[in-house]
Amino acid sequence: MSVLVYTENWDGKFKKSTYELLSYASEIAKMANTEVSALTIGEVAEDELKTLGTYGASKVLVLKDEKLKDFIAKSYSSAISQVAKKEDAKIVVFANSVSGRALAARTAVQLDAGFAPGVMQLPSSLEPFVVRKKAYSGKAFADYELMADVKVLSLTQNSFELIENAKDIAIEETSVEIHDEDLRAKPKNVEKQTGKLLITEAEILVSAGRGLKGPENWGMIEEMAEILGAATCCSRPVADLGWRPHEEHVGQTGKVVAPNLYFAIGISGAIQHLAGVNGSKVMVAINTDPEAPFFEAADYGIVGDAFKVVPALNEALKKFKAGQ
Amino acid sequence: MKVLLCISHVPDTTSRIRFTDNDTAFDKTDIQYIIGPHEELALTRLLEVKEQIGDLNITVLNVGTAETEPTIRKALAVGADDAIRVDAEPTDALFVAKQIAEVFKNGDFDFIVTGKETIDFNGAQVGEMVAELLDLPSISSTSHFEIKDGKALLEREIDGGKEEIEVDFPFVSTAGKGFAIEPRIPSMRGIMQARRKPLKVVQPVEQAAKTKVNKFYLPEPKGACKMVDAENVEELIRLLHEEAKVL
Ligand SMILES: Cc1cc2nc3c(=O)[nH]c(=O)nc-3n(C[C@H](O)[C@H](O)[C@H](O)COP(=O)(O)OP(=O)(O)OC[C@H]3O[C@@H](n4cnc5c(N)ncnc54)[C@H](O)[C@@H]3O)c2cc1C
Ligand SMILES: Nc1ncnc2c1ncn2[C@@H]1O[C@H](COP(=O)(O)O)[C@@H](O)[C@H]1O
Repeated sequence: MSVLVYTENWDGKFKKSTYELLSYASEIAKMANTEVSALTIGEVAEDELKTLGTYGASKVLVLKDEKLKDFIAKSYSSAISQVAKKEDAKIVVFANSVSGRALAARTAVQLDAGFAPGVMQLPSSLEPFVVRKKAYSGKAFADYELMADVKVLSLTQNSFELIENAKDIAIEETSVEIHDEDLRAKPKNVEKQTGKLLITEAEILVSAGRGLKGPENWGMIEEMAEILGAATCCSRPVADLGWRPHEEHVGQTGKVVAPNLYFAIGISGAIQHLAGVNGSKVMVAINTDPEAPFFEAADYGIVGDAFKVVPALNEALKKFKAGQ
Repeated sequence: MKVLLCISHVPDTTSRIRFTDNDTAFDKTDIQYIIGPHEELALTRLLEVKEQIGDLNITVLNVGTAETEPTIRKALAVGADDAIRVDAEPTDALFVAKQIAEVFKNGDFDFIVTGKETIDFNGAQVGEMVAELLDLPSISSTSHFEIKDGKALLEREIDGGKEEIEVDFPFVSTAGKGFAIEPRIPSMRGIMQARRKPLKVVQPVEQAAKTKVNKFYLPEPKGACKMVDAENVEELIRLLHEEAKVL
């Protein structure tokens, strides 16, 4: 038996969340006295594959198959299940990204497994297998028991520290059988931005709301993100009004994020907004209204006009970064 | 054409969450229930599509006890044509998925729409499980949906971008952000008509649970927000660097 990690690569590079997954899986493997195998689909350079060993994988299984050129939940999950069976994996770990979650749910059905979506911690026990997950959109947590022999988990991004645990890594090619009927729902057209920091991957997010009055005022927000190496995001009305692209909308009906640091600038802190961001480790609110609900959720706050505070903060951040 | 729209019955987003029975069960006292927000948007979009193409029958389905009927009636009042309730207290996601798959097999539906995620369990799994059980293609987190010349055209969000997909019937689409913008609300006439629309109650099929919740927790109460003077942004940086250690 082993722990299998499905690693997503991004144009041949692994995302930070992949190393989180490996760190997480390695800790579980220690508890279970077993090893971690990582599965990767597609073309990834050998040096890059070796980085998986730094975080505890002792084997990388490389799957190259023309039929897996396009991401299709059915064919990918079928490939992953086949590998899990070959490896006799009893625990299969995915990232809780849009694609990871879909694959995890399908893989769980194929393996007759119990599935815990969006876990944030190590299991508290392996027998019975109990792991904590978020519930009620972040307003509560649940201790969740998986009762099947095989367990599938998806790990919330940014919820687990990277732990170095260097292993001599074996790189092996593997193969699976993909049926043509698993390739239905093939994308016709894919638009993908490359080289841009993903909102769900960023460690720092600079988020702004309707308090900014108009799209022409986002320059200072983008500047702050640039200084911090952060990504920008926004509240729902801002996306609905077309001030910012829809991909930036965070909250209950937008993206759910969990960065280390979240700046909420001119955002009131409505419960539906908080539902998508309350997994952040530290939140800073900047708002003219001392009664804004965001101050109840935030760790640090400044009551003040964003148009004055943000430029001053940017200047101070530049100095801080220069001095580091 | 016929669509099966699976709706969840969930606490209103503004509800205060509490637990009972030693924190093993959700406390329903004073809770207002609503249609899951993603499914509400899905219903809105399906009604728009129905207006465009004419021929689209929308059946809403909920797996739940009689308690969920007001939520189902609301979906009928918004404009769904008929409804099915599988009479069971859901035990886990696979149980729900199995019931949905069974209803699909016993009907003559052309496709299935679910929400991307419930706001109480936050599983984001039922739609994919249904697709897997029925061996259907799935489009997760669909951000745009239309039917043109008898073909389904969808867009979905992927990390860092989007995809356009044209798919043959049948399939499962899980509705995410962008499926529709503003949910429709029922009209007076809709509410009157909803009372007479068919709501069929069917019995569940067996499916042993593979997961269960042992205990719920409320988050630790957050410490008070530390306020920093607007004139002293350096202090904020110092706190984030030295105290919170996130800079
Ligand atoms: C079912 C449902 C789902 C929803 N999902 C989401 C979601 O996913 N994400 C989301 O964000 N919202 C969501 N909403 C909307 C949510 O309820 C709020 O309406 C929204 O979050 C408010 O956005 P905002 O804070 O940007 O704007 P507002 O509420 O208008 O707040 C603007 C804030 O800016 C402050 N301000 C004004 N001027 C300045 C200034 N010069 N400097 C600093 N501060 C200033 C104001 O004091 C105020 O607090 C949802 C609502 C519903 C009903
Ligand atoms: N009890 C239920 N009855 C019908 N549909 C449901 C039920 N529970 C969940 N769903 C559907 O499945 C989607 C995903 O649910 P979940 O996997 O719990 O996040 C929801 O958005 C609904 O469309």
